[in-house]
Amino acid sequence: MTDALLTVDGLSLGFRGEGGFAHILSDANMTMRRGEIMGLVGESGCGKSTLAGAILGVLPRTSLQVRGGTINFDGIDMLSGANTRAQESVRGRRVTFIPQDPFTSLNPVFTIGQQITELMKWKSPRRAPGGVRLPALMTPYPRARRRADRDQVMEMLNLVQLPNPERLLKKYPHEVSGGQRQRLMIAMALLPEPDLIIADEPTTALDVTIQAQILGLLRSLATDRGVAVMLTTHDLGSAYEICDRITVMYAGQDVETAPVAEFFNRPTHPYTAKLLDSLPEGGGGMTGIPGELPSFYAPPPGCRFQTRCERMTEACKQRPPSDIAGPDHVVRCFHPLHATITDALATKEASL
Amino acid sequence: MFVVFFISNVVPTDPARIVAGENATEAQVVALRTEMGLDQPLYVQFGRYIADLATGDLGKSLYTQRAIADDLLHRLPATLELTIAAMIISIGVGVPLGVISAVKRNSWIDQLLRILSVSGLAVASFWLAMELQMYFSTKLGWTPLNGRIGGWGPDEITGFYVIDSLLGGDWASLWDTLHHMLLPAVTLALPAAATLVRFTRAGVLEVINSNYVLYERAMGFPTSLIIWKYVLRNALISTVTQIGLIFGALFAGAVVVEAVFDWPGLGTYAVQSILQSDTKAILGFSIVVGIVFIGVNLLVDIVHTFIDPRTIQ
Amino acid sequence: MSVLKRLLSDRAASLGAAIILGLVLVAILAPWIAPYPGDVTAFHLADRLQPPSAEHIFGTDRMGSDVFSRLLFGARITISIAVIAVGVSVAIGVPIGLLAGYYGGFPGGFLMRTSDIFLAVPQIVLAIAIAQTLGPSVENVILALSLTYWPFWARLVYAETNALKKQTFVEAALALGASDLRVMVLHILPNTASAIIVRTSIGMGATILTAAALGFLGLGAPAPTPEWGRTISEAREFLPEAWWYAAAPGLAIFLVVMGFNLLGDGLRDILDPKLRKGSR
Repeated sequence: MTDALLTVDGLSLGFRGEGGFAHILSDANMTMRRGEIMGLVGESGCGKSTLAGAILGVLPRTSLQVRGGTINFDGIDMLSGANTRAQESVRGRRVTFIPQDPFTSLNPVFTIGQQITELMKWKSPRRAPGGVRLPALMTPYPRARRRADRDQVMEMLNLVQLPNPERLLKKYPHEVSGGQRQRLMIAMALLPEPDLIIADEPTTALDVTIQAQILGLLRSLATDRGVAVMLTTHDLGSAYEICDRITVMYAGQDVETAPVAEFFNRPTHPYTAKLLDSLPEGGGGMTGIPGELPSFYAPPPGCRFQTRCERMTEACKQRPPSDIAGPDHVVRCFHPLHATITDALATKEASL
Repeated sequence: MFVVFFISNVVPTDPARIVAGENATEAQVVALRTEMGLDQPLYVQFGRYIADLATGDLGKSLYTQRAIADDLLHRLPATLELTIAAMIISIGVGVPLGVISAVKRNSWIDQLLRILSVSGLAVASFWLAMELQMYFSTKLGWTPLNGRIGGWGPDEITGFYVIDSLLGGDWASLWDTLHHMLLPAVTLALPAAATLVRFTRAGVLEVINSNYVLYERAMGFPTSLIIWKYVLRNALISTVTQIGLIFGALFAGAVVVEAVFDWPGLGTYAVQSILQSDTKAILGFSIVVGIVFIGVNLLVDIVHTFIDPRTIQ
Repeated sequence: MSVLKRLLSDRAASLGAAIILGLVLVAILAPWIAPYPGDVTAFHLADRLQPPSAEHIFGTDRMGSDVFSRLLFGARITISIAVIAVGVSVAIGVPIGLLAGYYGGFPGGFLMRTSDIFLAVPQIVLAIAIAQTLGPSVENVILALSLTYWPFWARLVYAETNALKKQTFVEAALALGASDLRVMVLHILPNTASAIIVRTSIGMGATILTAAALGFLGLGAPAPTPEWGRTISEAREFLPEAWWYAAAPGLAIFLVVMGFNLLGDGLRDILDPKLRKGSR
């Protein structure tokens, strides 16, 4: 795709631990386009949060080992350890983050105002790139920009429907409810006017009653501003509500990508189909698929789903290539549930 | 202190006899005993002592014949000044090294700092004081051998020479005071700095894996800002509690270090009192130290609520 | 068994254990391995203040006695002071903590307030005050240290007992008709053991330092006892010329305290998983 904003290509990485090397991501692929909302869906442990962490550069450095692949954000290498300065200026400015747990993701000993001010000091859209680099603790915050930034903050707090912003800024995080904190995190993610927001299960820690509100807010604000959102979730229901496109991951591999309507109408990978079948009536969480996730330490070669798949054959010991199952619909399976281009070509060849 | 009071009266030594001297006649001893109230029953003595205590009277020193409370109060600033200097050194050295140790965990510098901090806690302070004194004062002549100041000292206002010389603009005295203070303060600071390295390291390690640090990193905040502002502030919450204990330990440790450097504070007074078996002076000394100790712990609680907004509620 | 194994796999802790083992051996064997066992009391003024040589590896002191030999005998004093003082502290502190924690209420509160009073004054100051009133001798140093340090164990056991007595296994034992004493000794005490062991190892180091400081201040055993703290204070007037005189006992104290601290740290990592997290 030419309008790709973020491309993850063949990413393989894992962690060294007491049980050996844990293969968390094995040849994971994903693309984000400008302005789209993409759901990265899978069970817990499928590697979706690790993928988000890899893009954000927050994986534990001491045990992390990258075995291959690239992460490219608008021409900038986001994976290499040799590119940290460029990455630091992209993160928080062009790529921002909404964390999973708003309760523990704000620093408990600084007021909300102090933390937003710090964010704007470094990541405000009005901050000119380059210039003299002073040690971080001595870098000044020019007054004129500070005032403009403050106006923008107030406007944004109103937009995310936080009442009484003046008072809110003087409070400490523990004095504010979870829903309000997550609105705050959304505001903080939008304030730098980024191209991409990575939202890692942003509503898991919240009450069911406010989950939909928060997601709706995120969608409307992002769409208005043309900001792309990568939403990791295990909740197919919320993915259906707000996403344009969905990528399904299983045990560290991407298995299927499709626009949201196509995805729910014509699930083509056996895992996706099982995933949709396991949905209880009326949406909500997943109830489960027979069998267990393969071991991280000794995963089967090829398609990771083979251990739970009825269609598994000898061919599945190889990783299936990308196959086209419909418009903008990519599946990685040798035995898809619906005809793909490969099938069509094969029939054509046979008929000749 | 009550414990000490009782023990001192159970032990078969007779203060009156000691004061009177070896050549005193029995009549002189008896007279002195009456004068000192030692012929009264134990509970009367104790009651009197407590009553006097309530009015701030710690009794009379057997030898200086001055009020113990006055002696102690006069010497308190010297000890406090030394303790505070050691405190500043130990925080200034211990906290940054603890942060570095945690950030670069398992590197050679972390290993080195761990060895140094374990060593710092194992050294006998009086011995270190002597060795430093021998090397830097006697051999190299870089620092004064002992005492608090060379000349008369600055005009006394607070009793803290650093403050007094600053107030009086007496730069020569200031320099001389700091010069005298260097070795004793460093000696005293070493074990405290070692403790702080360990606590800061543990505190930073606990915070560095928290979700809010992950958020700050994901949002691309400068690494040095994250460590020295956001992580450190949180890590210091547990360290501040420790700093209160450390101040107490420093204050107590000053007894021995003062003795080596002839620092005219509470410690040397206590040691002199020991040599002269002046039980009441020792008792008074323990009480004053106990009061300072309790005061510091109160202060720590206050500072703790100040830096941790979660405790205010 | 697995504790021992893990201890030996930790380099720092096994070094600590080795140092302590060495010290104990030296203390026991002092009369046989000391080159001049008679020098604890004997003096040879003609040989006074000799620098280290083949005959006197740590030199001689102001009386012409062999510093090394006196050092070995000093280990006996240090070991006995530390072991007995800590032993007595444990013997006083543990039952008090156990009773106060188990019964709580007024008697428990009273016992704990008492220990607070002891903790209100810094340990060295309290030890000085007590030792001074009692007069200088090894026994009195031990008594002073015991009276000073028992509240640490009382506090520790009190806190643990308080937490443990609400546990299901204690309630189960009581429901089965076990007596209070039986529950305390057979069910609660064993569960506080690891905390006590860790505290004891670290406490030994602190006790040795305090004991040496008392000796240095002249509150310990009288001359000519080869106690390390006293030796250092004797050596003071001969500095800096006779540097070996003070260096030897000072390094000996350092080594022993370091041994106990390393062992204590290692034991804590192994026995107290709650505290482990921070130490990595």
